[in-house]
Amino acid sequence: MNARGRPWMLSSYYVVLLVLLYLPIGVLLLFSLNSNTTLSFPLQSFTFDWYRKLFANEAVLRSARNSLEVAAGSSLVATLLGTAVAVLFLRYQFRSKNVLLMLAMLPLIVPFIVLGVALLLLFSALHIERSLLTVGIAHTVVGLPYTFLIVISRLAGFDPNLEEAAMDLGADYLTTLRRIVLPIIAPAMISAWLTAFTVSFDEFALALFLAGTQPTFPVYLFSQLRFANRLPIMIALAVLMMVGSLTLVLVADRLRRAD
Amino acid sequence: MNNRRAAFWLLYLPPMAWLGLFFLAPLLLMAAFSFRANMRGELLQWWTPTLAQYQSLLTESGYWRLLGISAGMALAVAASATVLAYPLAYFLAFRAGRRAGLYLALLLVPFWTSFLLRVMAWKFLLGSEGGINSLLIYLHLIQEPLTALLYNRTAVVITLVYVWVPFSALPILAALQRVDPALFEAAADLGAPPLRQFTRVALPLSLPGVLAAFFMAFIPTIGEYVTPLLIGGSSGSMYGNIIQDFFTKSTDWPLGSALSLVMLVGTLVLVAVAVRLIDVPRLIE
Repeated sequence: MNARGRPWMLSSYYVVLLVLLYLPIGVLLLFSLNSNTTLSFPLQSFTFDWYRKLFANEAVLRSARNSLEVAAGSSLVATLLGTAVAVLFLRYQFRSKNVLLMLAMLPLIVPFIVLGVALLLLFSALHIERSLLTVGIAHTVVGLPYTFLIVISRLAGFDPNLEEAAMDLGADYLTTLRRIVLPIIAPAMISAWLTAFTVSFDEFALALFLAGTQPTFPVYLFSQLRFANRLPIMIALAVLMMVGSLTLVLVADRLRRAD
Repeated sequence: MNNRRAAFWLLYLPPMAWLGLFFLAPLLLMAAFSFRANMRGELLQWWTPTLAQYQSLLTESGYWRLLGISAGMALAVAASATVLAYPLAYFLAFRAGRRAGLYLALLLVPFWTSFLLRVMAWKFLLGSEGGINSLLIYLHLIQEPLTALLYNRTAVVITLVYVWVPFSALPILAALQRVDPALFEAAADLGAPPLRQFTRVALPLSLPGVLAAFFMAFIPTIGEYVTPLLIGGSSGSMYGNIIQDFFTKSTDWPLGSALSLVMLVGTLVLVAVAVRLIDVPRLIE
């Protein structure tokens, strides 16, 4: 790997992979603008019909709204719980510390299908109706390891002496947490929240088991996959979501470099 | 020490209760359910523990074969994704320079498009009426559509590799970023050619990241049931698909629980071995 002498090798590898990664997305974009419902060459005429139909389709829009609600709620809870675990882990000594660490990290390791059927069992046994709430609960569990890791990596790089100083100056511990620790980990909490949000928003393997009569976007999409003529509308929505994410990433990068 | 103890309970109880109730309890219930004879009666009631499910599990070789196949597929996916991701991480760590952040973000953006639709896009490309076939026929390169492209395990493996490559680059990148560039200069000063600098400096130091990348792809793949459902067809199904069938179609939850518990224990054992190999605390810091 003589990359020092031939830097183009690695960069062309990057470009090739990038093209491959975006190829299916290009296919989806074509699909959403193609008047035919199969992707056969030669392509037929271009149309914006699918996008127009999308905004008239209540069911699709409702499923997207359901996903937004689940993602917003579950990522908020996951961030709060993950932050609590991170602070505990770095600022306290207690006997069940390793148990807590294991509980917080294990959802990363337990296969989703196992967690999905286990939660299905629990909710059925307790006679809890499956709904957006049950999907959201599952998403808090799988989002927690991410939020914990993101917050703890920020908190670990921060000098505990600052807290000592605040307490020497007479602040009690809760005030110190609120006035010193919270502002310092706030950026990490936002990034944790965004990560948990994206984990939840597109999650399907758990949601399929736990969604009741109100489907999230992936669950609704799955139910529509066998109807070729409805697919372009779903794809149109996905393309819009994608454009939104890309804009966010580019804006965030701009802001970071402007700093 | 004033209200430090109060703060402790405030921070301790909610995550413990939440994870206990919605993570530990369901897994324990599932384990208990695998020792139940059948679905008759209430789900929450006392039942006499029985090994009946495990007996049928042991005698039915089809389950074990499928578990073996799924593990083999997960191995193939994780190994390919890690190997393909390594140069990517190397590029971002040492060659991309100031714009590395943007280059990384561009790799991850496709993740924000619906997973189901990205998989479907491959189906549109590979299917018998799909893009590749119709393009080849249109160009008169083939007469009949190629059917081997879809509905088998190879298609599932290729799709999953494709899904995991950018994700696998992340832990490798994190490990490479901790390598002090001065080490390369030191190696060069001592006369090591570039290839040797790589094999003796960068590669060993990034090994924990490589192992992390491997398991980050391996674990979700072995429990996968969605991709086989979409593009595997009947000949491409995995172990996860039988668990799903037992819980949705045939509603034999005790046997499904036993199958699920086998997968859980297998995965935990594998990860326990891996944690011995990777220095986890060093990765967290």
